[in-house]
Amino acid sequence: MRVDGKGRIDRSATRSFTFAGKSYQGFAGDTLASALLANDVRLMARSFKYHRPRGVLTAGSEEPNALVTIGSGAGQEPNVRATMQELFDGLEARPQNAWPSLEWDVLEVNDLLSPFLSAGFYYKTFMWPKAFWEKVYEPFIRNAAGLGALSGQNDTDKYDKAFAHCDVLVIGAGPAGLTAARMLGMAGLDVILADESWELGGRLLSETEEVGGQPGADWAAGMAAELASMPNVRVMTRTTVTGAYDGGVFGALEKVGHHGPVPEGAPRETFWRIYTQRAVLAAGALERPIAFANNDRPGVMTAGAVRSYLNRFGAVPGRKIAVFGNNDDAHRTAMDLQDAGFEVAAVIDSRDGVSVPVDAKVFAGARVVGTKGRLGLREIMIDTGRGVRPLQVNCLAVSGGWNPSVHLTCHMNGRPVWEQSIASFVPTPGAVPGLVACGSAAGVMSTADVLASAARVAADVASDLGQTAPEAELPDPEGQVYAIEPLWDAGGKGRAWLDFQNDVTTKDVRQAAKENYASVEHMKRYTTQGMATDQGKNSNVAALAILADATGRGIPETGTTTFRPPYSPVALAALGAGAKGKGFAPERMTTSHAATVARNAPMIEAGLWYRPSYFPLAGETTWRESCDREVGYVRHSVGVCDVSTLGKIDIQGPDAAAFLDFVYTNTFSTLKVGKVRYGLMLREDGHVMDDGTCARWGDTHYVMTTTTAAAGQVMKHLDYVHQCLRPELDVSFISATEQWAQFAVAGPRSRELLNALLDQPIDNDSFPYMGCGPVSVAGVAGRLFRISFSGEHAYEVAVPARYGDSLFRMLVAQAEALGGGAYGMEALNVLRIEKGFITHAEIHGRTTAFDIGMARMVSAKKDCIGQTMAARPGLVEDREELVGLRPARPTGKLLAGAHIYPLDGDAVRERDQGYVTSVAFSPTVGTDIALGFVRNGRNRIGERLRMKDHLRGEETLVELCDPVFVDPEGGRLRG
Amino acid sequence: MVKLIAKSAADGLLPIEIGQVRVEEIVAPMASLSAYAGKVDALSQSLKSTHGLALPEVGQTTNAGDVSCQWFGLNHVMLMGEEPDAALSEAAAVTDQSDAWCRVRITGAGARDVLARLVPVDLRDDAVPVGKAIRTDVQHMSGALARVGEDAWEVMVFRSMAGTLVHDLKTAMETVAGIAEMRDA
Repeated sequence: MRVDGKGRIDRSATRSFTFAGKSYQGFAGDTLASALLANDVRLMARSFKYHRPRGVLTAGSEEPNALVTIGSGAGQEPNVRATMQELFDGLEARPQNAWPSLEWDVLEVNDLLSPFLSAGFYYKTFMWPKAFWEKVYEPFIRNAAGLGALSGQNDTDKYDKAFAHCDVLVIGAGPAGLTAARMLGMAGLDVILADESWELGGRLLSETEEVGGQPGADWAAGMAAELASMPNVRVMTRTTVTGAYDGGVFGALEKVGHHGPVPEGAPRETFWRIYTQRAVLAAGALERPIAFANNDRPGVMTAGAVRSYLNRFGAVPGRKIAVFGNNDDAHRTAMDLQDAGFEVAAVIDSRDGVSVPVDAKVFAGARVVGTKGRLGLREIMIDTGRGVRPLQVNCLAVSGGWNPSVHLTCHMNGRPVWEQSIASFVPTPGAVPGLVACGSAAGVMSTADVLASAARVAADVASDLGQTAPEAELPDPEGQVYAIEPLWDAGGKGRAWLDFQNDVTTKDVRQAAKENYASVEHMKRYTTQGMATDQGKNSNVAALAILADATGRGIPETGTTTFRPPYSPVALAALGAGAKGKGFAPERMTTSHAATVARNAPMIEAGLWYRPSYFPLAGETTWRESCDREVGYVRHSVGVCDVSTLGKIDIQGPDAAAFLDFVYTNTFSTLKVGKVRYGLMLREDGHVMDDGTCARWGDTHYVMTTTTAAAGQVMKHLDYVHQCLRPELDVSFISATEQWAQFAVAGPRSRELLNALLDQPIDNDSFPYMGCGPVSVAGVAGRLFRISFSGEHAYEVAVPARYGDSLFRMLVAQAEALGGGAYGMEALNVLRIEKGFITHAEIHGRTTAFDIGMARMVSAKKDCIGQTMAARPGLVEDREELVGLRPARPTGKLLAGAHIYPLDGDAVRERDQGYVTSVAFSPTVGTDIALGFVRNGRNRIGERLRMKDHLRGEETLVELCDPVFVDPEGGRLRG
Repeated sequence: MVKLIAKSAADGLLPIEIGQVRVEEIVAPMASLSAYAGKVDALSQSLKSTHGLALPEVGQTTNAGDVSCQWFGLNHVMLMGEEPDAALSEAAAVTDQSDAWCRVRITGAGARDVLARLVPVDLRDDAVPVGKAIRTDVQHMSGALARVGEDAWEVMVFRSMAGTLVHDLKTAMETVAGIAEMRDA
């Protein structure tokens, strides 16, 4: 119900929303949970395993029960904590894990079956028959148990990621965080203050206590205003710091658009990576419940949450409220309720002889040991020590004490330390370098001490960073002493719940111990305690206290499980923001892209590059038809292909020649200016890294080409060689791949085509095979190389990339006039296989110069990278060698990836003779042809073997042959 | 007589303006200079006498009118806005890069917020004062960033990725504009 005159909600701004299909009204400043409580809705969810009716337990991000699905359609968001969902007009919330309704849930039957479903049940129960586990049991269990679901459709919402940098990140904007941020800001440091709520103040928003003579919330508002006026302080509300990472980097999730409709372009969430020099953890503490029989009914809540709903939201979960605790803090709930005009039915304190300053029935040294009420709390059972008596209530506020929020301090594998005085764990100083905890997060419980601790930490951090924080003028808060006597399990008849989210009871933990899952990490996995969205925020300490009791060890010896990021759930959509669709990877487009797409060429991805597969013509029904035609262009007329994607590296310097002699296996210092040479590069381990041509442009100037795939790798390699191995060489290089649009013009009529565009015609004398030099292409300064990847008389012509589109269109038009045209990757591949030219299909990283038949290219007259290692035993004898393969019968099919076996016997691994790397149908030869590696293959030319493809189930009789299928003498090249 | 037609890297893609941020392409000559061994001073003097520019220190850009020289990596600077004088070749390897990069200028009050979504570097005034040049990631691309004014930045990525750069910038600009709209609402 709503409480008049209480709360920070704006009663002039009503907000309509629906829950489980019913319409309700709340106010601006409500959360979904507070608005539901104000509407007397206590039942909000069904539990994970047993489908127990559940209500809201907390008022914060630690909420284990009240998980709902927000919205509908593609972007529906499951597992939203009703305690964190700001209310807005038109909000649509649906319960999860219940069918047909929250009140009548068929799978509540699980609760009756609970004796069979306790810890480790499926490890024991579903052993037989074996096949049933995967097909029957597991799908059933997964269906029955669970949280909310995604829509299964593409998410249409936008998510965002961003980077932020600051001197100090202050995590949490309660009294400690506000104090620290203000002092650090005044010290002149760049501060980011992040808080998960939309309003600064933390616990002060939920308490009635005064700070500095004014209500705590007003003091916080004053601090917030002061921080807003500091240009060096950046306040990030609705932002949860979710993880601490190496180097002072923190992950943080900002809920940008969850509190209303999102305008076009705006994201739902931004995932921040915050780079810091120091961080102050002021994340406060979380209240823990106490285990007792049936302590999970809607209406049983933490005592602090009841205060939050009363003081911050003006809502109470019932009219008859009792308070049960083991510490003085619980008494504040009774006092606040009484001050607000509510009758407190009873205060039950487990400690003997405590006095409670409220006008209510007080049971000291007593415990709550049971509850009644199927869909909501109706009655509690109080064990007074002299017998058990019932009491009619519809809300029970429980406090088992407060656990400092140590989570972030443990993200780099640190463990917190046990602090007996507050019966909880506190951070280990220095567990995350640069991160210091203060306030309640450091185990300091009274507000006065919290402020002092924050001031001390802020002053230390400031001086650490060479600044001076101003003298702290701390306001005088109301004194509160936090006295506690541990109480973990109050007992009672029935199941006592520890982990509400995973339906783990005290009995489950004891059973785990009994079955020797006694280590806390084993217990966690055996019982599932501490898993799922709340990660045991409510149950961890109590669970291990009970484990400690069951195993006879102390709590410090029992230890904690590992806290890992994220602190609270982060949508994968936020982590992957910006990487969806076109954002997944850059697209590299050649200058001929538009003209190519205009010719309906299907594009293939070559690394990040997009290249044409083939250029279909009207009437062609298969890619092979197009490909065969394009091969014909090059063999009989002239073809044009964009080869700009090949790496081009501009190499200059007095020692350029010496440098190249060192990185290539063959010699480049002897190459004449105006000439091109094929070169082979090895890795340091002696295997082939890359191949390509290198042109000598001037005395001290070379232009190297690499394969498309290895352009980046070669550039990195050259940098490494120069910086680390041969720094004495005076050479410099830079990528010029993107500077030049370069096109292969190949075929018997290639020169004829070029001469139509070159301002100065060329002939065989001015441009012989393997010649290169500057040319003027239709008035533009370009470069011409007479090189061939097809075995035909061919050139590569380059112009500055701005002219690429224009030149490509012109070349293709000219080629078409000569009976040729553009060709794509398929034809390019056929042409090179016909000539036995290798690509990375052959130099795949495990082959040597010897294997590919280029051993003689490793010059013995000089040293080069990989030379020594290439001569290792095992790399020069009894190898699989590059050969050509052709089908014994003309119609035989060859398949890349297939393996080669002897004619007789089984085609099994032990008898493997080699494998096929590249296959094409050769329109020139008229059959399939292939390149491959066969053991001692060069000495076995003419031998027949079996090609067997075990994956596709194909087998073909093949004959080994020379890898050059077309024009083995090379006459056409020089034509 | 045939004639080749020039197209810029971001031809047809820029300029764009979303919210308070504008992105436009800069088309200008660009050449990398890499001093030969022991020739840094010679290059510095040559650059001064031919283009009126100081050789930039690591992470710096120097300017003389529309001509600038931007640090670009280990022993590499980029001369931009003017064809390199032939005399520079005596002291340095000079390589034409005019067509190799897509160079854009991002201006407006929200420019820094847009960049904060794409580059991981510290963009605060102290870390990136006007005149600072950085090699860094731009979303998934390797690129260069320079601060050329209070609210003016330049970004360069390889020419082939111009489309992706504009896509990524546009996405970030829409995000920043959308967030600003929410804040003002």
